[in-house]
Amino acid sequence: MEPIRVSLESLNLVTLYPMLIAVAGGLTILIVDLIKENLHKSLYVMLSILFLLLDLGALIGIQINTRGFFDVVLVDGIAFLSQAIIVVASMLFIPLALTSKRFHEFSLPEFFALFLFMVAGFQFMVASDNLIMIFVGLETASLSLYTLIALHNRMKSFEAAIKYFTMGALAAGFYAFGAALLYGLSGSVEIYKIAEVLTDRGFEPIWVVLTAVAFMIAALGFKLSMVPFHTWTPDVYEGASAALAGYMSVVPKMAGFVVAMRLFEFLIHSDLVWVRDILYLGVVVTMTFANIVALVQEDVKRMLAYSSISHAGFVMAAIMIGTTQANVGLFLYWILFLFTNLGAFTMLWISRHKSKIWHDRFDHPYEKFSGLVQIMPMAATIMAIFMLSLAGVPPFSLFWGKLYIMGAALNAGYIVLAIIMALNSAISAYYYLKLIVYMFMRDPVNVDGQTIYFKNASLSLRTIIGISAAFTILATAWISPLIEIITHYVRASGF
Amino acid sequence: MDYILSLLVFFPAVAAVLGFIVDRDNIKVYAITVAAIEFVISLILWMAYDPTNPGFQFTEYLPLVPAYGINYYLGVDGISLFLVVLSTFITLIGFISLTVEDNLKNMLISLLFLEMTMVGVFVALDAVLFYIFWELSLVPMLYIIGYWGSELRIYAAIKFFLYTFFGSLIMLVGMLFLAYLYYMATGTISFSIPDWHRLVLPFDYQVWLFLAFFLGMAIKVPMFPFHTWLPYAHGQAPTIGSVILAAVLLKMGTYGFVRFSLPIFPDASIALITPIAFLAIIMVIYTAMVAYAQEDMKQVIAYSSISHMGVIILGTFAMNVEGIAGSIFLMISHGIVSGALFMLVGNIYDRRHTKLLSEFGGLAKVMPKYATIFGIMVMASVGLPLTIGFVGEFLSLMGFYKISPSMTFLGGMSIILGAVYMLRLYKTTFFGPLTNEKNRNLPDLDGKELTSLIALTAVVIWLGINPNPVLKPINNSVESMLELMEKKAVTKEARELLHANTVKLEAK
Repeated sequence: MEPIRVSLESLNLVTLYPMLIAVAGGLTILIVDLIKENLHKSLYVMLSILFLLLDLGALIGIQINTRGFFDVVLVDGIAFLSQAIIVVASMLFIPLALTSKRFHEFSLPEFFALFLFMVAGFQFMVASDNLIMIFVGLETASLSLYTLIALHNRMKSFEAAIKYFTMGALAAGFYAFGAALLYGLSGSVEIYKIAEVLTDRGFEPIWVVLTAVAFMIAALGFKLSMVPFHTWTPDVYEGASAALAGYMSVVPKMAGFVVAMRLFEFLIHSDLVWVRDILYLGVVVTMTFANIVALVQEDVKRMLAYSSISHAGFVMAAIMIGTTQANVGLFLYWILFLFTNLGAFTMLWISRHKSKIWHDRFDHPYEKFSGLVQIMPMAATIMAIFMLSLAGVPPFSLFWGKLYIMGAALNAGYIVLAIIMALNSAISAYYYLKLIVYMFMRDPVNVDGQTIYFKNASLSLRTIIGISAAFTILATAWISPLIEIITHYVRASGF
Repeated sequence: MDYILSLLVFFPAVAAVLGFIVDRDNIKVYAITVAAIEFVISLILWMAYDPTNPGFQFTEYLPLVPAYGINYYLGVDGISLFLVVLSTFITLIGFISLTVEDNLKNMLISLLFLEMTMVGVFVALDAVLFYIFWELSLVPMLYIIGYWGSELRIYAAIKFFLYTFFGSLIMLVGMLFLAYLYYMATGTISFSIPDWHRLVLPFDYQVWLFLAFFLGMAIKVPMFPFHTWLPYAHGQAPTIGSVILAAVLLKMGTYGFVRFSLPIFPDASIALITPIAFLAIIMVIYTAMVAYAQEDMKQVIAYSSISHMGVIILGTFAMNVEGIAGSIFLMISHGIVSGALFMLVGNIYDRRHTKLLSEFGGLAKVMPKYATIFGIMVMASVGLPLTIGFVGEFLSLMGFYKISPSMTFLGGMSIILGAVYMLRLYKTTFFGPLTNEKNRNLPDLDGKELTSLIALTAVVIWLGINPNPVLKPINNSVESMLELMEKKAVTKEARELLHANTVKLEAK
């Protein structure tokens, strides 16, 4: 038997370095813990940031549109962009561990190791067009994430983790079925080959293609919390710490969007009208339903959970539209959303109190923020700006994202969709305003507010809020260069 | 002088940010000084404005998002110049007469931000920039109504915000689509309003886009049947909120009609004259009747505002110089008169903490100065000749007479019905015996109140007798706008109507 020879050059390991650095970072943290126990969390946080920085550096070093590792890894423009977004977002979220209150999970080095493994998982997921590789990345990331949620060590967190795990397992099953069917149809697990074969054959047999696509939509729908696969989202956000909930609302979805873009792109541009129709329906229902349910929430975190479902629906529309402009809009929107949501969830996180003094179930009921402007005017103003940005009030950041995606919808002829988007923005304004009304127009319920409110604040948390506030308020200045960079990379990968 | 418009827009905003540091007790002096400087800058703008040039002056241009055709583009013409001056003037007067004490600092800072957005809306020549200021103006107003208002304030504030926000989002879709059409026509995308003015659109596109813009503007104006938020907002808002809302914020809607709807969609505007005039006449007559039935002084003036806005709409859609210039003049005069009336109601409310008509009577005996100024403002509101109210109302109706005499007659009911409800208001408040003992010892206007009201009265009479300094520049810009509309009109009816007007222009 011939020995298998693989030259190292042909593996093109450069493409793998970013993920390998993240994994090595996780292992390093575990080894450090083996050598010396009871180190302070600040060390782990800084180590994580450094490894993520190296990760980012390695990523920037990669030539765009290269394949590596038996052609399984593909670093094209969107893989590059999404990896950059994932890594930067992780770097911004991990300092949220440095709270002034002690939370159990952050004293464990495993938390940070798992966090880095998760980042690597997401990076694998976006940097591949191989269905199996995507699956491996997805599962690595998800399993780490389930554990991270459970580490918060509260009944609600266990419930959240188990709920997420069960739902995630179901989604993984769907994904496996979908991938198997696509493999059966085309004899390949590479998305571009599947596209080739299916297009050549004119998408026959249509029923099998339909089933495979339906499984895939369901699987990705779970990850992107599209309605009706969204049911886990609010409960999981409620159970997880605000920091992690914010992270979940941004990073996993970024990865999901990229996979959806790769998978649905050829289907949308084919003659199969129903794929587009299903996605259209999904997008509209996701936006509208989540918005309406968000109206009646009593807890700010649950409201933000539904709001992020609605935002995901909005962005999913970009995938459905499928033009270059829409895909640029997707990344633009998500970068802007990242900073705004980071800010909003960090505000919740610093106002977190260990005992539930406001409500017997929720940590962040609306009443908690009553009259905040009288106690801490700066904090209330910043929180209000994040809410206005989420509602799409100009000139704050998300307005530009909405403008761009709505513009893309109109340019592609989806006038009704653009109007539905506009109406949804108007509906969503109500629940964002509700928080502003509580903060600015009511009187404080608790006299001793000063000491109760920002117990959890620390310098690093304030810095993160400062960064996201600056990004949100001065968005007008960043938009133009941001669009140019994104357009460059999206064009480079042919989307 | 090149950057005077940027200065005008951002000076109050910078002052507002610095205002956070100013001591709580001195904030009012600070705010009045800032507003006075801003007003002086706007007067300098007026002085430096060349009334013979109908085009945009003092333009500033800076690419913002070049890839998407969004620019920082400012400029002022005869149509917007006086609305800018009105905004800075009313803000200054409002600050002087302010009597709020609770949390004054937050209020003044929000008002300074509001001033930025008001000036910004009128000088923005880029649609996205316009939209930014347009939407941003909702936020300070939301806070002002929602925090300093009376019992139902939160409901009123949210209703105000959601109504306008909803309308403007539809308008935003229209703007994006228009930019796309511009791209299809020229190959470059642009949100610049002067660029859009040159765009010739097919009739059916015009109608749909007109309707999208119409919804945004009509809710802001507010036109019947979208007016229901206004009485709530006025009823609950503090005096300064009502003054600015009536004097300036409502004008954004009518200004939008003149700036966007007419020149960009001339055919659609002309085709839709009748339904819009119909709505405007309902506005005039129906809200005048509702105003008559009100028990609360402030509500009378709130509904009278809607009624007068109906005349402004009629004038705007007259499609000739008299009508449009008259309607712009009426925007300014209505801004001053309704601002003054809300201020006067605020004065009596500060003294008695009630605005119910039944509580008053015979006030002329105890408060003669107050009664005199109130009387002048009532006359101006009714449209008595030699007051500011007459010029605009007369010109608007005269302009519309050329479109339809019968509809003009119905629109003219505004003057008759206005006299009915305003004189009733005046009669029950000021004449007759002094029945309510609580009113016997009411103090007359003090120095602060007199300063602001006499300034307004002076403007009412000055521009009533000699409207030319304002009317001339307006006329010039409106004429050039009408010529543009005639050039780009595509339907036969529109061309004929506009042609009839411009020929007469040239003959003059």
